[in-house]
Amino acid sequence: MTKISAIRQAAAQAEARPLDNRSKHLRRLVVEGLLGGGRGHIGSSMSPIEILRVLYDEVLRFDPANPKWPERDRFILSKGHGCLAQYALLADKGFFPRETLKTFCKRDSILGGHPEAGKIPGVEASTGALGHGLSIGLGMALAARLQSRPSRVFVVMGDGEINEGSVWEAAMSAGKHRLSNLVAIVDYNKIQSYDQTDEVQPLDPLPEKWASFGFAAVEVDGHDVDALSALFRRLPLEDERPTAIIAHTVKGRGIPFAEHQPSWHHKNKLSEDEVRAIAAALEDV
Amino acid sequence: MRNTSLNKVHELAKHDPRVVFIGSDLGHGTLKAMKAEMPERFFMEGVAEQNIIGMAAGMALDGLIPYVNTIAPFITRRCYEQVAVDLCVHNLPVRLIANGGGVVYAPLGPTHLAIEDFAILRPLPNMAVVAVSDAEEMKRLMDASLDWPGPLYIRLAKGGDPVVSSPSDDFRIGKAILRREPGRVLMVSTGATTHRCLQAAESLAAAGIESGVLHMHTIKPLDGEALRRLVPGRDLLVTVEEHLLAGGLGSAVLECLVDGGISLPKVLRLGIPDAFTKEYGSQDTMFDTFGLTADKIAASVRAALSPG
Repeated sequence: MTKISAIRQAAAQAEARPLDNRSKHLRRLVVEGLLGGGRGHIGSSMSPIEILRVLYDEVLRFDPANPKWPERDRFILSKGHGCLAQYALLADKGFFPRETLKTFCKRDSILGGHPEAGKIPGVEASTGALGHGLSIGLGMALAARLQSRPSRVFVVMGDGEINEGSVWEAAMSAGKHRLSNLVAIVDYNKIQSYDQTDEVQPLDPLPEKWASFGFAAVEVDGHDVDALSALFRRLPLEDERPTAIIAHTVKGRGIPFAEHQPSWHHKNKLSEDEVRAIAAALEDV
Repeated sequence: MRNTSLNKVHELAKHDPRVVFIGSDLGHGTLKAMKAEMPERFFMEGVAEQNIIGMAAGMALDGLIPYVNTIAPFITRRCYEQVAVDLCVHNLPVRLIANGGGVVYAPLGPTHLAIEDFAILRPLPNMAVVAVSDAEEMKRLMDASLDWPGPLYIRLAKGGDPVVSSPSDDFRIGKAILRREPGRVLMVSTGATTHRCLQAAESLAAAGIESGVLHMHTIKPLDGEALRRLVPGRDLLVTVEEHLLAGGLGSAVLECLVDGGISLPKVLRLGIPDAFTKEYGSQDTMFDTFGLTADKIAASVRAALSPG
């Protein structure tokens, strides 16, 4: 039996702490996309919002006017199905107009159900097939080292995603290369598509797994903005190790009736009542 | 051919700082000189092909030109999704150097043969697929590879293959080379079947059957122009490949001709039938089993031309 950390216990009660207006604003952007497309991975897009918010607000070096600026930090949403979260941040930061969110998944949209590099300014790699992002990020981190660039690489993965063996191939390699410019973040919301991760494919002890592959591994409450901010400010956690951040999150966070619910992993129809209830839950305080 | 190819990677890397080498778990001492001279651009990443392809993609997204090398089935089948998504969807200049294409590893059995590599790589948009005939042609391919804009699969032959290419070939990726002018017969070959077809053409000529050999070193993009120019007027079109009959060179040639509205002469497709290999031996004995030796190619051509 894995010992449950205090951070994990606290994070599981995240809904007891109200979201602030910025977190609600970003979730409303997710819902704009969702309603525009009539579908989307809503639960998977709500759990990593605070992770992406703190990264884009405080951590990542980027220039929306020059998205290919060579010295930028690279961000890869390896769990590409959670793309509405990234689209919300990219729209919020001005990589594309907010109106574009309403075109989500439409025929000529740049915003598909998984993010595509080359179509969307600010998207570094096309993801969606799971277990690819960490290897791509590893290659980018090695390229940055080779080219003497200060760029750092952040890869956000889902918990179901790390069932893929390729993730652990990449983890071994990142440990070998001592890539302190690589940060792997697991959005550990404890629910994959079918059911609880503990039922489908248990992952614990997760920090220990990453540490054993050569990472400086830590846990954090993935909805605690202050804790995330403090943690990211400490990067790299160790000079010659990649970092793994196990972010304890709540699937569907911010929508009370979706939280912790596997059935809200993906939705292609929302009733009018549900839309109204979501809007009410995300009103500013 | 393998040493020629890998030494060329080292040479290219000397002149171009974008070039890096990534191997899986290759033979001891592989590219020792490159590793010694530029260790920061030499990677030996272990038996982890999925990661290697993704890593190469990440490097290429940031301006590097990775040359990846391992055994053919493992650089194709094992990491097919990474090849399709990371390399082809992003259209990245990553080069896949595949040891032991076809039945080179005959003694090692079906796990180590790459007899479907053309068929699985050819349909992937942006992917180019090349199988040169000899080490000298490999040098020309490697020079041409540097500036190829997208992913490129390079199938290596056994090594020690007779040199049938020439410095005057004007080698270009995607441009077939007419090795022998056609008469009644045109044979279209690739990789290690080209020199066998040339031998077959000699013996056929001695019997009064003039047969041309079009060396289709690039399976994709296929040189349709050469086919449209050379196929009309022949009594027999023969495709010869060290590959399953399904989906390889013969399939590509027929697709091209049919789509181009070219009336087909009689067609003979020589290759490996729809079964995993059941024997060991050597590349040569397998060529014999599958009717791909020069003598058997010639015999098949004669049989196809004989009335009734």
